Amino acid sequence: MLEIKNLTVEVGNRRVLKDISLTVPSGSTSVLFGPNGSGKSSLLNTIMGLSNYRVLEGQIIFDGEDITHMPVHERAKLGIGLMSQRPPNLVGVQLRDMLRVTSRGKRDPGKLAETLNMKRFLDRDVNVGFSGGEIKRSELLQLAAQNPCFYMLDEPESGVDLESIERVGTMIRDLLTGGVTCAGRRATEGKSALVITHTGQILDYIEADRGYVLCDGMMACSGNPRELLREIRNNGYEECVDCRLVKQK
Amino acid sequence: MRKRAEAALEKKAALGEDIDLSKFREGARDIPEVSSLEELPERTREAMLRASVVPSGEGREGSLVILDNSMVARSVASDAYELMDVRAAMQKHDWLKDYAWKLVQPDADKYTASTYLADAPGYFIRALPGQHVKMPIQTCLLVGSQNTAQTVHNIIIVEEGASLEVVTGCVSEGGVEEAIHMGISEFYVKKGGKLTFTMIHNWAEQIGVRPRTGVLVEDNASYINNYVILKKVRTVQTYPTAHLVGRNSVAQFNTVAVAQPGADLDLGSRAVLSGVGSRAEIISRSLTTGGRVVNRGSLVGKAADIKAHLECRGLILGDKGVNIAIPELEAHIPDVEMTHEASLGKIAKDQVEYIMSRGLTEDEAVGMIVRGFLEVGIRNIPEELKAEIDKTIAQAELAKG
Repeated sequence: MLEIKNLTVEVGNRRVLKDISLTVPSGSTSVLFGPNGSGKSSLLNTIMGLSNYRVLEGQIIFDGEDITHMPVHERAKLGIGLMSQRPPNLVGVQLRDMLRVTSRGKRDPGKLAETLNMKRFLDRDVNVGFSGGEIKRSELLQLAAQNPCFYMLDEPESGVDLESIERVGTMIRDLLTGGVTCAGRRATEGKSALVITHTGQILDYIEADRGYVLCDGMMACSGNPRELLREIRNNGYEECVDCRLVKQK
Repeated sequence: MRKRAEAALEKKAALGEDIDLSKFREGARDIPEVSSLEELPERTREAMLRASVVPSGEGREGSLVILDNSMVARSVASDAYELMDVRAAMQKHDWLKDYAWKLVQPDADKYTASTYLADAPGYFIRALPGQHVKMPIQTCLLVGSQNTAQTVHNIIIVEEGASLEVVTGCVSEGGVEEAIHMGISEFYVKKGGKLTFTMIHNWAEQIGVRPRTGVLVEDNASYINNYVILKKVRTVQTYPTAHLVGRNSVAQFNTVAVAQPGADLDLGSRAVLSGVGSRAEIISRSLTTGGRVVNRGSLVGKAADIKAHLECRGLILGDKGVNIAIPELEAHIPDVEMTHEASLGKIAKDQVEYIMSRGLTEDEAVGMIVRGFLEVGIRNIPEELKAEIDKTIAQAELAKG
């Protein structure tokens, strides 16, 4: 589904990603770990094509197509969807309108919001005065309207209170699996995803197939996501920085 | 008064470019009146639509149409209000002279003087005491021929405890490229009354517009002013002033303006708060796609416990336009709460890309942000009117800037 080859990216004059390679197979979910400022969000934003992120080297291949220099909206049309961590306020643009245009009129914003228990947000301006948890739910609602085949979720659990985590986690699981619980069927029918997590809490709700550790803009490690998380919890990221298993390979 | 007006015929206005009135001839005064809106010529009805005036009169409590300097149509549906040509009203009500030319001075500038001396037509609307006029009353001020100087004098009186909504479309008929419109408006909102006044302008490339408006708001009364100008025009200069003389009186001004290439808009709103506990809010949203737009706002605090806020936001699309914000606060006593916010800039790239990441093109994303930006300026407008304005905004192809 997604293949990143030797990606080097600059923001301003700063290199934020250095020679990154990773693959997210169709129907699978990969998780990105890494300390603050390691380049996780930069990677997602680069895949989305945001203009601050300038690709110096490497390629982004999506569904066999080179999208490295494709405009943002065309990537979205191919089926890439991004849940931002800090989306901008859209003053004067109501969530209802956003959902209507995002779904190209195919989904009824009212019904969509009802299933996600978010009807009272429909007439509010997108993100304006939203709490941390409300932003997450609004982002997920927009993704539900957009219905991408590849989800990029930037720290879906950050800023969400304990009570809301259950709701956000369940929403994500439903979006990714469409209710399918069988691993075999998930691989063929489910959505693909690349998920950034700091705490690993989201792994209580979704099946993750592979984990990657980013440190200082470089890929430090990859492997079983739960094992990686356990290691990070026990020893911190310093271990990964020193080890640089990927580099040694 | 006549002498004062004559002496002011050459007096330049304090703001806005000076318009040479000798280039224009007085608007025709002898266009016959028809018995219903349906009988108006097609080109007139088409022009009305462009300024959100409903040619069928449907959904409107009453209608009055002025073409050049003639009143050409009038319909009145109930006896909760009076609606007629201001000249007829002056003949009918002797007391009306105490209201005419009291909030706008005839010798304020050459435009007020010309209108005073022209014995101008105009609309007179009066909501009778305690009456709540349900649907809006619409008026249309049309310029129908080239090089016309249209002069109108309007008076609205909302009597005690009454409420009224007025929608005015000011528009030029197709083919009229150069003209000047001078409109004097004097509005009185008496104790406990409420007036919502919405004005939509849709002129042509070489038309000059000089409205002069004064509003008097009494105890516990409120005045809401909505002004929308999105289409091409040569020059507009206006600075309506609400005098909040009553206790707990309220005024709100909402302005939505787009300066198209070649346009020079000098738009202001002023509230003078001299009633104890009075409140005022001025909200303006302006956008230039190549023209020049000046947004003035002035709040004058003269009484205790008043509260006033001014919010002025401007966007610049493309690299040719000029957007100027001039907010003013003036307090004459310490016990006031007065604030303002002003900001100018271009559309934020992160907002555009955020919407693009949902699958919309850049033009669609910019259009959506601009519509949202302007819509904040008209949030208080009645729903059906908002739909009209939404349509106008959508048609304005603002994304191309």
